[in-house]
Amino acid sequence: MAKELWKGNEAVAEAAIRAGCRYFFGYPITPQNEIPEYFARHMPEHGGVFVQAESEVAAINMTYGAAGSGARVMTSSSSPGISLKQEGITYIAGAELPVVIVNMMRGGPGLGSIAPAQSDYFQATRGGGNGDYRTVVLAPATIQEMTDLTQEAFDIADLYRIPVLILADGMIGQMMEAVEWKKPKPRKLPRKDWATSGTKNAREHNIINSLFIDPKDCTEHNKKLQQKHDRITQNEIRFEETMVDDAEVLFVAYGTTARICQAAAQKLREAGVKAGVFRPISLWPYPEQALYACANRGSVKAVVCAEMSMGQMIDDVKISLSGTKPISFFGTGGGTFPTPTELMQAAQDALKGV
Amino acid sequence: MAIVYQRSKGLTDAEQHFCPGCTHGVVHKLVAEALEELDIIGSTIGVASVGCSAFAYNYFACDMQQAAHGRAPAVATGIKRVHPDCAVFTYQGDGDLAAIGTAEIVHAAMRGEKITAIFVNNAIYGMTGGQMAPTTLLGQKATTAPQGRNKEQHGSPIRMAEMLSTIDGCAYAERVMVADPASIVKAKRAIKKAFELQLAGAGFTIVELLSTCPTNWGLTPVEATHWLKENLVPYFPLGVFADRAEQKEETR
Repeated sequence: MAKELWKGNEAVAEAAIRAGCRYFFGYPITPQNEIPEYFARHMPEHGGVFVQAESEVAAINMTYGAAGSGARVMTSSSSPGISLKQEGITYIAGAELPVVIVNMMRGGPGLGSIAPAQSDYFQATRGGGNGDYRTVVLAPATIQEMTDLTQEAFDIADLYRIPVLILADGMIGQMMEAVEWKKPKPRKLPRKDWATSGTKNAREHNIINSLFIDPKDCTEHNKKLQQKHDRITQNEIRFEETMVDDAEVLFVAYGTTARICQAAAQKLREAGVKAGVFRPISLWPYPEQALYACANRGSVKAVVCAEMSMGQMIDDVKISLSGTKPISFFGTGGGTFPTPTELMQAAQDALKGV
Repeated sequence: MAIVYQRSKGLTDAEQHFCPGCTHGVVHKLVAEALEELDIIGSTIGVASVGCSAFAYNYFACDMQQAAHGRAPAVATGIKRVHPDCAVFTYQGDGDLAAIGTAEIVHAAMRGEKITAIFVNNAIYGMTGGQMAPTTLLGQKATTAPQGRNKEQHGSPIRMAEMLSTIDGCAYAERVMVADPASIVKAKRAIKKAFELQLAGAGFTIVELLSTCPTNWGLTPVEATHWLKENLVPYFPLGVFADRAEQKEETR
């Protein structure tokens, strides 16, 4: 198919519609406003429903209700708004509902800035809500990848009955890139026979619920969730390696920062420094073993973790490498991003330090 | 022998957890009977909330979802938009609907969301053990208002049926009580009417039911019904505050 020029926010919305999403509940917040606006314009053409909720809190709970009723449903927001959705996300996880959530991250904490950032990594991967739960977190680096991952996100959500978070940033949301619409590989998905759709007096009533008042029942529920998390960890890890085969310095970065690292690695190679990039695509489950193997292939002397934050994913890099490699950090929080020159310097400093 | 009375098919056989003398059981029965009489048990989806209503999902025989505290109208919105042909109701207490969930209930009414809110007002937080509610009367004692609710500190109790009735999208708002056989019959009529209007597409509907909480009021069940009539009814008058049944026709 021919390539088309798409703005990130609009592309993710169109990708959701192409993935069969027919219900969207949202609330305005910069820099993701084109997502609800796109759904408002285009859902009617597909017989779908767009509702602008009174708050992010209401939007995520509408999403809960629609997902519990068997629909493919999405909500989106940006950092402060995602904070407000955390209550709903833990209920969605507890009730095991398939939901896709987009976070176009901006600078924080608090109202922060409206510029691109990656400082919601802890919130996304550790869970900002209460209880032992996980959300699958997919972090695209390009608009093409975001459209591809959107279909995957809905399928993963349906397959495991779990909330899936597409974690991008204001840069990916606001810029335009070429997109080729691909036909997704079909997955065999389970029937939603648990959904509330009216019993039609033909079956026992279905209940969507996260309350288990007997602690023994709640413990069993937690075990069941953990087994599901283990299955996802086995099956859904995604990552990309660039120029890593003989790399002496290895960048670890995701999303927008990974693209800047790739440019920096290329320039380093032109200057005679063997640099490579390991890019986690699934931030949960994190590609721990793959990163360990990549960094311990023999050539790597130093690892540089780079983020548009003051250092969050670096925790997972440390866990993955278990002290086997020296790890340095380059980060910039609040809405600014590292330049290739800064990253090249960080890599050279890291090599000098070993 | 002829059967003159039996448990509604709208209820499951689950044993209910309510305290002796609590009127939640009565309200459950009325909702269940209304669904049964309208023959919509199989096409109704209910939303339980947080508080004494939390286990409603076990008690109603229709499909049920359990919502976070105050969020039932938002959850119901999601359900109704997916299943517009189903009847959708929320079952909420005063802490849930009139405190933490005020935004959700007001905006569900504003959108004219075609749902029915069953609002149980017993002027106290029951499940958590007798804390002050937004509907607790001035002077009424609660564990968080040990000297009685004080206007200076906590303001006056909120009248939700009246407030919601001012919103165009609210097709029906009535306040009833469940304090004696006659008022219970009237309450059921109100619930049934609300569901009928919902199914006719009139808009948002709410029935506020003044109820008793003998445990947290520190009264016997009989004393509690008297207290309800003597204290709650004068502040929360019974009656129909909004009836825009013809609204749909008018706006066409």
